[in-house]
Amino acid sequence: MAGIVAVFVKYNLVMAFIIIGAVMYVSGHISRLLGKKIAGSAIAIIIGLILAFVGGTITGEGAGGISKIPLFSGLGIMGGSMLRDYCIISTAFGAKISEIKKAGLAGIISLFMGVISAFIVGVVIAIMFGYNDVVSATTIGAGAVTFIVGPVTGAALGASSDVIALSIAAGVVKSILVMIITPLIAKQIGLNNSKSAMIYGGLMGTTSGVAAGLAATDARLIPYGAMTATFYTGTGCLLCPSVLFLITKAIIG
Amino acid sequence: MVIYGLALLSLCMFIGTYIGNLLGKVLNVSANVGGVGFAMLILILASDYLLKNDKLSEKAQSGIQFWSMMYIPVVVAMTARQNVVAAVKGGPMAITAGVVAVAVAFIFVPLLAKIGEPGVPLPSIEKTKEVS
Repeated sequence: MAGIVAVFVKYNLVMAFIIIGAVMYVSGHISRLLGKKIAGSAIAIIIGLILAFVGGTITGEGAGGISKIPLFSGLGIMGGSMLRDYCIISTAFGAKISEIKKAGLAGIISLFMGVISAFIVGVVIAIMFGYNDVVSATTIGAGAVTFIVGPVTGAALGASSDVIALSIAAGVVKSILVMIITPLIAKQIGLNNSKSAMIYGGLMGTTSGVAAGLAATDARLIPYGAMTATFYTGTGCLLCPSVLFLITKAIIG
Repeated sequence: MVIYGLALLSLCMFIGTYIGNLLGKVLNVSANVGGVGFAMLILILASDYLLKNDKLSEKAQSGIQFWSMMYIPVVVAMTARQNVVAAVKGGPMAITAGVVAVAVAFIFVPLLAKIGEPGVPLPSIEKTKEVS
C-alpha cells in the first residue's frame, strides 16, 4: 500500500490528471442531475475551492490549498501559473483581431475603472473598519484590486505585515467571488459577446477569477476576457503605490 | 509535427513575458505588465500569418488546441490550490472589501459595454455538448 502511495507522490502530475479527471466526471454528473442549470465546469470549480479549503485546513497553512498535501502535490504543478498562463495563451488561437479592436477603447477604460473603483471601495471599507492611517488604507485598497497588488503596494509603502495579510485576504475573497458569481449573473450583465467579455476582464482583473469565471460561463469568451485581465495587475501595481496613494494621502492624510 | 504547435506557443509566451517585464521596468513597477496579453496578441498574429501561408499543419494546430482544451481542467486544478482558508478567515473587513469591490465591478460591465459599437451576442451553443 505504502509503495503505491509512494508512486502516486513520485508521479504527482500524472496523479493530478486522475484527480481532475474524476472531479470533472463527478461535476458533469451533478450538472446533469440538476438538469444542466449549472454548468459542469462551474461545479468543478466549486469542488476545487472546497478541496482547497479542506486541504488548507488539514495542513494548517492555507496557502497552496490541497496541493500542499504530498498526494495532491501534482495539482500545484497542473494549476500553477506556468501551465495556467500557457493554457490562457493557447485560447487566443482562433480569436479574432477584429473582435479585439471592437472593444479597444472600452477595454482600456474598463482597466482603469476596474483598478480605481476596487481601490476606492477597499480604502473606504478599510477606514470604516478603523484602519485610518494612509499607508494601511492604501494597502488594503490595493488588496481589493488583486491579491498581488496588495502586497506589492504594502511593501513599497512599508505597511505592517498584518495589514499586508489583510490586503491579500481581501484580494483572495474577490478572486473567489468572481469565480463563483460570474456564471450566475452573466445573463444579467450581458456577458455573452467578446466585447463585454473584454470589459468584464478589465473590470474584474483577477486573472484566476476571470479565468475560472469565464470557463464556467462560456468557454468561447475566455481569450477576450483573459486578454484584458492580464493587464490589470500591472496597471494596479503601477497606480496604487503612486498616484492613488498620493490622492488618498491628500484626502485623508 | 505536433511539437511545432507547442514550440510556437512557448515562443509566444516567452516573447510576451519579456515584453511584459520590460514594460514593468520602464514603468518602474515590480510586476509583469500584461505579459500574457502580449503573448496572446503575438499568437493571434503569428497563427494568422502562418495559416494564411499554409505553414501551420493540422498536427501543429492540434498541439495548440490540446492546451486550449486543457484550459478548464487546469483552471480547476488552480482553484484547488487557492488560499481559500485565508479568504474565509480574513475576517469581516477582508470579506466586505472583496464583496463590495466585486459588486461594483459587475455593475460597471453593462455600463461600459455601451461605449463604442455594440457587441454581437455569440450564437447559443447546444449546452448538452461538454465543454471539457
